[in-house]
Amino acid sequence: MKRRLFPAPLTERVRALLFHRRVVFGIPFLWLLLFFLLPFALVLKISLTSAVMAIPPYEPVFRWVDNTLSVVVNIGNYLFLLSDSLYIAAYWGSVKTAFMATVVCLLIGYPMAYAMARAPRHWQLVLLLMVMLPSWTSFLIRVYAWMGILGNQGLLNTFLMWLGLIDQPLKMLNTNFAVVLGIVYAYLPFMVLPIYTNLVKLDVRLLEAASDLGCRSLTTFWAITLPLSKAGILAGSMLVFIPAVGEFVIPELLGGPDTLMIGKVLWEEFFNNRDWPVASALAIVMLLLLLVPIVLFHRFQAREMEKHG
Amino acid sequence: MVRLKTPGFSKTMLVLGMLFLYLPMVVLIVYSFNASRLVSVWAGFSTKWYGALFANEQILSAVWMSLRIAFYSASMAVCLGTLCAFVITRFKKMRGRTLLSSMITAPLVMPEVITGLSLLLLFVQMAQTIGWPTDRGMATIWIAHTTFCSAYVAVVVSARLQEVDRSIEEAAMDLGCTPLKTFFVITLPVIAPALVSGWLLAFTLSLDDLVIASFVSGPGATTLPMVVFSSVRMGVSPEINALATLIILTVSLIAFIAWYLMRRAERKRQWPD
Repeated sequence: MKRRLFPAPLTERVRALLFHRRVVFGIPFLWLLLFFLLPFALVLKISLTSAVMAIPPYEPVFRWVDNTLSVVVNIGNYLFLLSDSLYIAAYWGSVKTAFMATVVCLLIGYPMAYAMARAPRHWQLVLLLMVMLPSWTSFLIRVYAWMGILGNQGLLNTFLMWLGLIDQPLKMLNTNFAVVLGIVYAYLPFMVLPIYTNLVKLDVRLLEAASDLGCRSLTTFWAITLPLSKAGILAGSMLVFIPAVGEFVIPELLGGPDTLMIGKVLWEEFFNNRDWPVASALAIVMLLLLLVPIVLFHRFQAREMEKHG
Repeated sequence: MVRLKTPGFSKTMLVLGMLFLYLPMVVLIVYSFNASRLVSVWAGFSTKWYGALFANEQILSAVWMSLRIAFYSASMAVCLGTLCAFVITRFKKMRGRTLLSSMITAPLVMPEVITGLSLLLLFVQMAQTIGWPTDRGMATIWIAHTTFCSAYVAVVVSARLQEVDRSIEEAAMDLGCTPLKTFFVITLPVIAPALVSGWLLAFTLSLDDLVIASFVSGPGATTLPMVVFSSVRMGVSPEINALATLIILTVSLIAFIAWYLMRRAERKRQWPD
């Protein structure tokens, strides 16, 4: 009761507010610190150990022997990654495949988003739901659908042979072509969505002004629409490119033996070879490669989430 | 009147793009009714693969496992994601806010193999240091899914929070409402639609995840994507076609209901009774 009497009620309310703020901030902060940031530190730590036949299958970094703390750091895993051409080829293959898929997604996705943003209002919601819907169904099953279509006995080959265009099945499944196609198919909604959100906010009066001043519609597009939708293009490209670099399911199901992608290599190092330190080193190098795109995406996303409507 | 003509090109691309997105799913649905095991042969209409699906104990128990994990993960992710959205949109000067917003947006694009590996290493280390978790399974998948689903919830909820009229909250506080009560009485009802869509998004993401769950799961817990993956690796399987059809139809039905409700709400706003 004493506290009620003396301090001004305003101070008490401010104090209550500050307490609430600290709780609101503290809970997710601690959760993410423990389950997001700390794990990365552990990946870094284990990438510096050497593999042993034990549980867990790596040697400790810090050891307490005879009252002395010894720190054993092993950069052998990184040297190993550099010396084996397989890993370099896998990184290069991932970046190349992801880049190709991103460009194709952009070429298909941009016109789609453009048409959606220009559609009548009551159609926009339907189209938006139609683009989103596939990504709500199972990713795995949508990739699997292409196995039945592209296979040697698959739908597409059967159809082409029936047409008489080819006399023997084309090898499409288990090729790099199938991997790019699979990534484009699975990630297309993530390209369309940010570009659409961006284009729909575009001030129509700018286009009207350009048109009034005699600008042809193609010129207007290059001079106004495209530069103003840069942020959407960037966000969409990052949403496709970054996860595609580390993709595992698509190269595993649609790729062939010559498909080298780093996500698949990491999976095999971990599950088949049980070499946790090398898998960790692979993950660290992948993160370093993706650092620039991730920072770019983060900047965009932070701006989107903070601004006031 | 200004001509705002849609070039025929983008409309054509929209139609072609939609066909590209939907044809493979239509193919799956059609072939789930094919009596033959082979894709190239149509042996007549049959629903026998659905029967086989419902007799498959392994798939059914995996479905139940996945649904439970998705329910718990989505619920926790909505709590954490909403708190994050509050910090990001409201607490502009808080220390540590930049770190929090980096940690919450990073999972949106983080390759799944990295997230999965890093969380597994954490759980192994935790088991060594504090003795928990003794065996990996539902609890570890729940933690992993909650962490990455929170990011999506935070995006959805912060978009809504930006639009909320803060003067009502301020009025409530001026009239003596505590911050907690203000949140439950004023803010929560306003952002409720965003919480529902965030929950649904988190639910589908959790239900769909294969890679992260494979890393952090133990022998005791097998989720539906793991079962599907191990059977699909061997090639095309008609039972999986039947399962795919059921998933696609369920999602379409929910999307249709969502569309209907949103359209009705919009009409009401335009022409109130």
